[in-house]
Amino acid sequence: MNINLTIIGQAIAFAIFVMFCMKYVWPPITGALAERKKKIAEGLDAAERAQRDLQLAQEKAVANMRESKEQAAAIIEQANKRASQLVDEAKEQARVEAERIKHAAQAEIEQDVNRAKETLRSQVAALAVAGAEKILEKSVDKAAHAQLVDKLAAEL
Amino acid sequence: MASGSGTQTSSEYISHHLTNLTFGSHPENGWGFAHGAAEAAEMGFWAINVDTMLWSIGLGVLFCWLFSKVAKTVTAGVPGNTQNFVETLIEFVEENVNSIFHHKNALIAPLALTIFVWIFLMNTMDLVPVDWIPYIASQMGIGYMKVVPTTDINATMGMALSVFGLILYYSIKMKGLGGFLGELAFQPLGKWMLPFNLFLEIVGLLAKPISLALRLFGNMYAGEMIFILIALLPFWIQWVLSVPWAIFHILVITLQAFIFMVLTIVYMAMAHEEH
Repeated sequence: MNINLTIIGQAIAFAIFVMFCMKYVWPPITGALAERKKKIAEGLDAAERAQRDLQLAQEKAVANMRESKEQAAAIIEQANKRASQLVDEAKEQARVEAERIKHAAQAEIEQDVNRAKETLRSQVAALAVAGAEKILEKSVDKAAHAQLVDKLAAEL
Repeated sequence: MASGSGTQTSSEYISHHLTNLTFGSHPENGWGFAHGAAEAAEMGFWAINVDTMLWSIGLGVLFCWLFSKVAKTVTAGVPGNTQNFVETLIEFVEENVNSIFHHKNALIAPLALTIFVWIFLMNTMDLVPVDWIPYIASQMGIGYMKVVPTTDINATMGMALSVFGLILYYSIKMKGLGGFLGELAFQPLGKWMLPFNLFLEIVGLLAKPISLALRLFGNMYAGEMIFILIALLPFWIQWVLSVPWAIFHILVITLQAFIFMVLTIVYMAMAHEEH
């Protein structure tokens, strides 16, 4: 157990190992550790963000659904309203048409009556003349009496 | 037992196991491996403990190889088993450094990691049964083989002096030479007690590397000694003592590596801070 050159040899070996460790061992490994730490932090961040996004999307989906339900209800209501309106319109049209048809029929009937009256009137004159001829049994002055008979016919 | 010279006394066995394989120039025998502790001592400073250097560098290379292998294929994705293990160690060291050392210095954390893993590996050699590797070595014609580098005061002192050098370097770099010397001279009792301050602070400063080296060396040397003593018992009873001691020693080797690392970080932090 005596001090000798080994002490210097050991110091040199020590220095070389420390330098080797400092250059080739420590930086890459601690670098990888730091990188992994960063990766994990990023992963956790991403997970949190995704969670938040999911929640947001769910809220949005619920809101969308509610809105579409409201819209659907509104559309149905509108459709119902429109349907009843259509029915009302159709009823109105039918009523107007019926009225029109009735008027036309009435006008035709009136026309027919008038035409019948006219025919009747023209025939009454002849009939009255014939009747008078029969009653008087003699020829009357047709010309003198025609004025009288026409007056009678017009009074009909 | 390890030496080829037939019967051996207990003290010969113990001292054989505590002798390093020293290479150097002996004043009488010239260059060569020392034959025993006395001859190694006669070689003086200019000799080298080949077994200590071999095992410590081998284990350091093992550390560098394993960690750089992971560092090359490191991924920020799902880590494999080896990467997981290495990352655990690195995070452990980083946590310790961050809790003690609050300045910006890219050297400190790799320094702490190297100290922790390297000393741990060197200490772990203590758990290899004390006769295995020396026996294999002796069969190969190598007389001495001490496999735990941290039971060699040169190894622990070499590391501690490197740390001491860093303490001085960063003290002067962060505070300036004047600031550093002022700290030695004017604390803790003000300028009128300058000699006393100087004495106290210099003792305190020198105590850092010495305590660092001796603590590790002492613990590992004592542990190794106990293993050697246990190995002197009859082989069928050895496990009764060696197993509990080995299990306890797992704690010691980890703890000593950890203490060396933490104290180094503390000393570095002190070197960076103004008092």
